[in-house]
Amino acid sequence: MPSTRDIRRRIKSVKNTAQITKAMQLVAAAKMKKAQDQASNGRSYAELMNKILVALKESAEEGIHPYFSEGKGNKTLVLVIATDKGLCGALNTNLLKKVVSTNLEGEVEFVTIGRKAAQGLARLRKTLIADFPIKDPVKFAEVHSVGKFIQDKFRSGEYKSVYVAFNNFINTVTTIPSVEQILPVNPVTLGGKRSFDETSKEVDASELPQYTFEPGAATVFETVLPQYVNGTIYQMILEARASEHSSRMVAMKNATDNAKQMLKDLSLEYNKLRQAAITNELLEITTAKMALE
Amino acid sequence: MPLKLEIVTPEARIFSDEVDSVVLPGAEGEIGILPAHAPLVTTLQVGELRITKGGKTTEMAVGEGLVEVTGAYARILTDMAIDADQIDEKAVEQALERAKHSLESIKHGEKQEDVAAVMAMIQRNTAQLQLKKKRRTV
Repeated sequence: MPSTRDIRRRIKSVKNTAQITKAMQLVAAAKMKKAQDQASNGRSYAELMNKILVALKESAEEGIHPYFSEGKGNKTLVLVIATDKGLCGALNTNLLKKVVSTNLEGEVEFVTIGRKAAQGLARLRKTLIADFPIKDPVKFAEVHSVGKFIQDKFRSGEYKSVYVAFNNFINTVTTIPSVEQILPVNPVTLGGKRSFDETSKEVDASELPQYTFEPGAATVFETVLPQYVNGTIYQMILEARASEHSSRMVAMKNATDNAKQMLKDLSLEYNKLRQAAITNELLEITTAKMALE
Repeated sequence: MPLKLEIVTPEARIFSDEVDSVVLPGAEGEIGILPAHAPLVTTLQVGELRITKGGKTTEMAVGEGLVEVTGAYARILTDMAIDADQIDEKAVEQALERAKHSLESIKHGEKQEDVAAVMAMIQRNTAQLQLKKKRRTV
């Protein structure tokens, strides 16, 4: 049986914890709003780019650009975008689970963004070849170094394909861990909507127009495809960041609610104990008095 | 048949409407696009873009990107698209000044990507200023 003092001490510490989680919830909520807006604003650009390039890939001649076909090697490169900080629910765990359960061919090597990704993959004894620190909020210029690294690797021919694992942002309470193929150019899903479905409805291979390329197909692709890779990675990071702040907000809200419930239970117990002690004392006094009479 | 024009940047969908024609800076000089244009894919250069609709012309400063044209629509994906009316000349001039300054400081550090980024910034700023100046003289 805990004493009233023990309970008082626990109430105090739970109160402190609730205060901290509440503050973190508010901070996350503010960041969440911004990250969500950024993610949803950028989506149409990335989606349209993907849609156009997938359509062009279908109509392009074989071997016009290395990004349209698989590399010669048999290795697979995976870029994992996780968070730097914890306390965001099962976000990173789910992402890593998804990565592990995805069937990837050949030898798999990893590139990471975010400390949690590097830590998690190291724990699973995976081959890690690079880790990029990306600040929050993310700047487009920072993504260039990641994009360039990945493209150099792919162009070297060692890798068959490149995938990106990240959390797709659907809404504040739902995020979907996804693994998407970025190279060779492939339909990708951003924000849960499969952009390829629309494309396949809109453009049938037979009714694709015969495009004229200016100045030439190879030149256009050479300019546009690196932009596409960088832009898509940027959008994926935005999705991951929106998911991160949303899940942290939700996790902290749950923590605050739990702490409040706990406070309620504890104070009930405290009051019961206090009342029991008072009743006991009263009993003692009355018995003592009766004994004297 | 009208031409459906879409201009999208990473920040937002800037423009999406039916227009009569659009003139844009393509890879090999300015290209005018009218409805039922032959299917075309080209790169967009930094410069100015003119949209004509019902006899009214809107001008925009645009950055690098991709243009896809089929008979019915023109899609422009670019990293910058600013309406001429919204260009803040003073702010752009300051940004240009800053960019030029940082270009000089980087040149000694010789980081290829940084130089490219700053050069692109200078080009974009210059395009905005030119568009603004041209408007004033007209």
